[in-house]
Amino acid sequence: MSQQTENNDIVKEENLVFKKTNVLLDKVMHYCPGCGHGTAHRLIAEVIEEMDIQSECIGITPVGCSVLMYNYLDIDMQEAAHGRAPALATAIKRLQPEKFVFTYQGDGDLAAIGTAETIHAANRGENFTIFFINNGIYGMTGGQMAPTTLPNMKSSTSPYGRDVKMMGNPLKMTELVAQLPGSYYVTRQAVHTPAAVRKAKKAIRKAIENQKLEKGLSLVEIVSNCNSGWKMTPLQSNKWMEENMFPFYELGDLKVDGGMAK
Amino acid sequence: MKKELKLMKGNEAIGEAAIRAGADAYFGYPITPQSEILEYLMAEKPHERTGMVVLQAESEVAAINMVYGGAACGRKIITSSSSPGISLKQEGLSYIAGSELPCLVVNVVRGGPGLGTIQPSQSDYFQACKGGGHGDYRLIVLAPSSVQEMYDFVKLGFDLAFKYRNPAMILTDGALGQMMEKVWLEEQQPRMNEFPEWATTGKKPGKERTVVTSLDLDSAMQEKFNQKLQEKYRELEAKEVRYEAIDCDDAEYLLVAYGTSSRICQKSVQLAREKGIKLGLLRPITLYPFPKKEIGEMCGRLKGILSVEMSAGQMVEDVRLSVDGKVKVDHFGRMGGIIPSAEEIVNALEQKIIGG
Repeated sequence: MSQQTENNDIVKEENLVFKKTNVLLDKVMHYCPGCGHGTAHRLIAEVIEEMDIQSECIGITPVGCSVLMYNYLDIDMQEAAHGRAPALATAIKRLQPEKFVFTYQGDGDLAAIGTAETIHAANRGENFTIFFINNGIYGMTGGQMAPTTLPNMKSSTSPYGRDVKMMGNPLKMTELVAQLPGSYYVTRQAVHTPAAVRKAKKAIRKAIENQKLEKGLSLVEIVSNCNSGWKMTPLQSNKWMEENMFPFYELGDLKVDGGMAK
Repeated sequence: MKKELKLMKGNEAIGEAAIRAGADAYFGYPITPQSEILEYLMAEKPHERTGMVVLQAESEVAAINMVYGGAACGRKIITSSSSPGISLKQEGLSYIAGSELPCLVVNVVRGGPGLGTIQPSQSDYFQACKGGGHGDYRLIVLAPSSVQEMYDFVKLGFDLAFKYRNPAMILTDGALGQMMEKVWLEEQQPRMNEFPEWATTGKKPGKERTVVTSLDLDSAMQEKFNQKLQEKYRELEAKEVRYEAIDCDDAEYLLVAYGTSSRICQKSVQLAREKGIKLGLLRPITLYPFPKKEIGEMCGRLKGILSVEMSAGQMVEDVRLSVDGKVKVDHFGRMGGIIPSAEEIVNALEQKIIGG
């Protein structure tokens, strides 16, 4: 209790080094403690505030853990059917080209049921931004195998590990999108450490700013954890992500300013 | 109002009507027998005429979800397809109805089930009028019977869709889509430059943000929303029924038919009357809301009703519900893309209703 009183004393205007962005609403998020979604939401909200485009943004939420993102961001938002966010975004951006339009999608949404919409929106060079959260699992429905689940990784529908002979291989959608002539900026980031957060925020800002150039699609993949679905503590899950996810889903830029990065 | 007369295919009339009604976008995917709609729009360069967006999507699924996104921006959006493609659009239509958004969908029906045939049919009545996708919702369904009505119902469909914030459908068929007739064209209507308050056009400073969703995890709230939808449908049923009655005043027998079938039935009425049978025709123009009350009121002075459809008998269920057992009702139809002849219909009337 005494600790709390001390803390309150030092929270004075002149001592503030950080303030929550106004684009994030004062609501308790439904995400599991330790999940990366909250951080990714905050970074997008901060970028919107810093770019001063709150009144010019339209976001599209997916079906999956982040379906309720529209409860947390103080901007106009639409909720799509499972996998169809890039189709909605195509129409919204073509009808309101002066607005900033983004989708926020998980791996099941973007890389399984929405594969066609993702690939074709990218290939047409649609001028919006996709934020792709890849945690290798269907979190919302209780931890089933996703298109991005790693080989031998356990899930509720691959309880003995993903047998690639029987269940197929994990899909690297970000690499696929980077190959397409309609994509302009494609990068893979993480939000599990302060350094990763700073890099991811820069990438998010670039991906939104690119819309002013009208040069095509920008996609930021964020490799994230699902400690509940992976059945680990938050710390264990971040360590497991570094050791297993990052070697397969290598962090860094894949395509910058329309040119392949490597 | 200044008008222009043109000879057009039904499908072309839909395309021209969309431009002239001030539509903001068309999203579609090729399928026979309606591909002329997309072809006509691409050839007409509506982006130059009015700024209208026309885009060939990667699938009917993507097209209807583009419609969903555009409709949520408060814009006038139209899509078209034929039966198998309309099946693919059902999920999107459910979301659009569940988000209370307006849009216009054209179904140029072909015979089914499955890949079926590319010839005209009326076998999508259930899908159009009874829900189609998941959940308790309805489409406003308009059934044109001429190329002129194909044209006129685009504007009517948009007006009703916006008035009730509900998707509307023009339910037509391959015969009407492909046939050529003269059409009176209206003057170009400007595209909207102000948008409804429910549209996602960017959060206005000092105002609440706009969220378009059909999700409510609270059952009590979800039930309340469903009740609101049902009230809307009751209002539609009370106010928006449209139909045409031909030779009904002294009729002892009645044909009920819409679209292409109703055109054949007009000839059947003439043939029957030459034989001394007092036959009339009721042509529902709105299939949902169905002219239930009108048929119900008429049936007291009728000896029998034959519902004529190019299907195994779908609308006949609504005809039966309308008369509530007070008069004999039967169905006559051809399937698989075959259009019945006027004589066949009179024969069926004599066998199933008069002699039966």
